[in-house]
Amino acid sequence: MMKKELGLCLLLAVISAITGAINPAFLSLVNLLNMANLIGLFGVFALGEGLVIITGGIDLSLGSMFALLGVVFIDLLTTYQIYWPFALLLVLLGGLALGGIQGFLITRLKMQPFIVTLCGLLIYRGAARYYTSDSTRGFGYGDEASTLSTIASGNIGGIPNTFIFLIILALILGVLLHRSVYGRWLYAVGKNEEAARFSGISTNIVIATAYIISGGLAGISTVLFVFYTNSVSPSSFGNFYELYAIAAAVLGGCSLRGGEGSILGIVLGTALLQVLQNLVNILGIPNSLNFAVMGTVILVGVLADQQLQARRRRKAALASLARTAPRSTLVQAKQSASPPRVAALPTRTGDQA
Amino acid sequence: MAETLLELTSISKTYPGVRALDDVSLRVYRGEVLGLIGENGAGKSTLMRVLGGVIAPSEGVIRIGGNDLARMTVSEATRAGIAFVHQELNLFENLDVAANVFIGREKLTGGPLKLVDNAQMRARVTPLLERLGADFTPNTPVDNLSIAERQMVEIAKALSIDARVIIMDEPTSSLTISETERLLEVIADLKAHDISVIYISHRLGEIMTCADRVVVLRDGRTVGELARHELSHAAMIRLMIGRDLKALYTPPKRSPQPGGCDIVGLVTIAYPDRQIDLSVRRGEILGLAGLVGAGRTSLARAVFGIDPLLGGEIRIGDAPVGVASPRDAIRQGIYLVPEDRKKSGLVLELPIRENVTLASLLNYARMWLVNGAVERKIAKEQVRSLSIKAPSIDMEAVTLSGGNQQKVVLGKWLSMQPRVMFFDEPTRGIDVGAKSEIYALMRDLADQGVAIVMISSDMEEVIGVSDRVAVMHEGAVSGVLEREQFSEYNVLRLAIGQALETVEAAAP
Repeated sequence: MMKKELGLCLLLAVISAITGAINPAFLSLVNLLNMANLIGLFGVFALGEGLVIITGGIDLSLGSMFALLGVVFIDLLTTYQIYWPFALLLVLLGGLALGGIQGFLITRLKMQPFIVTLCGLLIYRGAARYYTSDSTRGFGYGDEASTLSTIASGNIGGIPNTFIFLIILALILGVLLHRSVYGRWLYAVGKNEEAARFSGISTNIVIATAYIISGGLAGISTVLFVFYTNSVSPSSFGNFYELYAIAAAVLGGCSLRGGEGSILGIVLGTALLQVLQNLVNILGIPNSLNFAVMGTVILVGVLADQQLQARRRRKAALASLARTAPRSTLVQAKQSASPPRVAALPTRTGDQA
Repeated sequence: MAETLLELTSISKTYPGVRALDDVSLRVYRGEVLGLIGENGAGKSTLMRVLGGVIAPSEGVIRIGGNDLARMTVSEATRAGIAFVHQELNLFENLDVAANVFIGREKLTGGPLKLVDNAQMRARVTPLLERLGADFTPNTPVDNLSIAERQMVEIAKALSIDARVIIMDEPTSSLTISETERLLEVIADLKAHDISVIYISHRLGEIMTCADRVVVLRDGRTVGELARHELSHAAMIRLMIGRDLKALYTPPKRSPQPGGCDIVGLVTIAYPDRQIDLSVRRGEILGLAGLVGAGRTSLARAVFGIDPLLGGEIRIGDAPVGVASPRDAIRQGIYLVPEDRKKSGLVLELPIRENVTLASLLNYARMWLVNGAVERKIAKEQVRSLSIKAPSIDMEAVTLSGGNQQKVVLGKWLSMQPRVMFFDEPTRGIDVGAKSEIYALMRDLADQGVAIVMISSDMEEVIGVSDRVAVMHEGAVSGVLEREQFSEYNVLRLAIGQALETVEAAAP
C-alpha cells in the first residue's frame, strides 16, 4: 500500500535532481521556499478533494468557491470593517455550508456529484461576479487585517506558513482517514456503498461529511489565496484550481472509482505538480506548454501505476493458484475441519468453477 | 443410438498447479438432453468453456461435424451450432429483444451507411418468440423482462443461429416453479426439433424430469454415466460425492424458548397491500420458504431497516423495537446475512480483518480512533472459530472461496451479540463442505438462544435444516409447518397459495 507513495517520492526526487543538475537555481533556497509556499496553497484544498474522490464522488466547484468566498471575505474586512476573526469564521462557515448543500443534494436527493458540483462551479462564479459587478476587490491602504495577513502569508524561520498549515492539516486528516473509524467507513463506502449500508454505516452522512470537509478546507484555502494575491478578480480568481486538486489526488493514488488513496499520496501529488510547474519556468520551457507538461506527466504516471498494479495482481493470482493446487487435499482439509457431529451432506452444490 | 453430433475425446485442461479437467470424454447425440452434474469445482464449467471455444484444452480432441480439432475458437463453436444460455444472463438491458438476439450480427441496411435494420431483425425474431411461447414482442426492452423471459431471449438467440447443441448452465437457479416447468417444456420442444441440450443443474429433480442421459463429473474426471432408466437421486448423489446421502437435520439441544422476534402486521414496499405476521422463537431455526418474489427478501430488508416499513411492528421479547435504518437494527441485535454476499455482504477489496470489524468498529474505538490491537484480536478470533481458510487476516476478501467469504460475513455479525438473525440464501454458490459448516454454525447460534430465520429456495435445505418452516406467498405468510408436517409437497402447496390438505395438516 505504501509502494505507491514510495514511488511518488522517488519520482519527485529524480525529477528534482535532474532539474537541479540542469539548472542549479532550481535547488536554491529561494526557489525551494517559493515552491513550498505554492505546495501549501494548493495542497490544503487538494486534501478535501481527495476525501471526496475516495467516496467515489468529485468536487468541481472549488475554484468558484474561492472566488465567491474571496470577494465576500474582502468585503467583510474592507466595506463592513468586521473584526478579522469573525470574518475568518464566516468564510469558514460559508465553505462548510456550501459543502453541506452539495452533500445534501448528492446523498439525500441522489443527484450525481459531477452534476451537482458542476452547477456549483457555474453558480458560485456567477454569484461572485454579480456581487462585485465583475470588478476586482482588494485591500485598501489601511491595514484591515494585518494580523491575519501575517498569519496567512508569513513564515516561521523562513518556512512559509501555508506549508506549515498544509502539514498540520495533513496530519489531522491523515489520522482521520487512516486511523479513525470515520476513515474506515469512508473507504468502505467508496469501495462498496451497499455493503457499507448493510453493515449499519450511515453512508449518506459519511459521504456528505466528505463534501463538508472539502468545503471547509476550501474556506481556509480562500483566505490563504486572498492574502497571497491580495486581491480577488471574481472572473479569474481560482479558475481551474479544482482541476489542480483532482490532478494532485489522482497523481497521488486516488482512484476516481472511489475507495483508494492516501493523505500522503495527495500531498506528494500536489508537490509533484508544483515541481513540474516550476520546472517549466526554470528550464525555460515556453510557459504555454505548462498544462501540456502537467497533462503528460499525469497520463504517464497513472498508466504506469495501472500497469504495475496489474502485474502485481497477476503475480498474486498465480501465487494463490499455486497454493490451492492439490484440490483433493483441500477438500479433505475442509471436511475434517467441519464439526464432526454434523453429518450433513447436501445434494445441491453451488457452482462457481 | 442416434447420430453423434459432437464428441470430446480425452480432454484435459491444466492450469498452473491445477488439473481442471483430466481425461474427460463426452459424446452428445442428436436430439438428446444430456444432464451434466457434479460438485463445485468438478469441472463442468471448464468443460463447457472448452466446448464453447472460450478456452483451449491442454490435450485431447474435439470431433465436430466429422472434423477433428485440437481446439476451437468461439466463432468456430458458434458456426458448429453450439450455443450457450448463461448462468448469469449476458443480455444488454438497455436494448430491445431483437437487438439482443442479433447482437454482433446486426442486419444492416442503407448500403455503405451500414445502418441497423430494426424492421428486418424484428420480423425474424417474431417467429422464434412464437415458437417458444413467449408473450413479449421483439421490441420489448430487455429491462422490462423477468429472468425467465430473458432466458427465452437467450434461447431465441440460440435458435436464430440454428444451434444444434444448446448448453444451459444452471438455467433454473432463479426461476419460479411455474417458470421452471415452462422451461422444461421448451427443452422438450427443442428435443422434438432434433436440437440437443446439455443441461447443467444442481437440481436433481429437474435432471430426473428432462435428461435422457446423465454424465457425472468429479474432480475433473468423468466418474459415471447413467442412462435414463438408471436415474435416481441416490444414484446421482452417490456418483457426485461418492457417498450416500445422510440426514441434514440436527435437532436443537433444548426446546425453543419464547422471547424471540415477533413480526406483527408488517407491510413492506414490495407488497403495500399485504400484511406479514411471523414469529420466531429463541433457539429455533425458522425456514422461510416460498417462490422467488414472494416477498421473503423484502421482509428481511424491512426488518433490517434497509427498506422503510409501511406499517406494522417488530417486537423482540415483547418489547417493540424501531428500525429506521440498519444501524438501529444492529443496535437491537437484528442482523442480516444478505442474499448477495459480493454486493451487499462484503467489501471485496478490503482485507478480511476490516470486513469482520466493519459493523462493530465503533464499539471498541476510543475517541473515534480504531483500536488496531483489539481489531486484530477480534478478526483472528472469528477466523479461528469459523475456521475461515485464509493465510492471514490481511488477505483481501476477494481472494477467498465462496464458502469462506460467507463465513467472513458471518464473522462480522458473530463478533457482536446477535438476538435475531436473518440468513438470506446462506449457502447459495457454496460447496458441500462449507455448506454443512454453515448449517452447523446456524444450529450453534440457535442453541445459544438466537432466533434464526433462514430464507432459502433450496427445498432440501429448507426441509433438512429448519425446526419449523413458514411459507410465503405473494407478500404474506400462507402457512407454518411443524417438522412432522414437512414435505416438499406441503411446502409447495403453501408456496403457490393453496391451503394444506386437511389430512396432511392433521397428520401427527
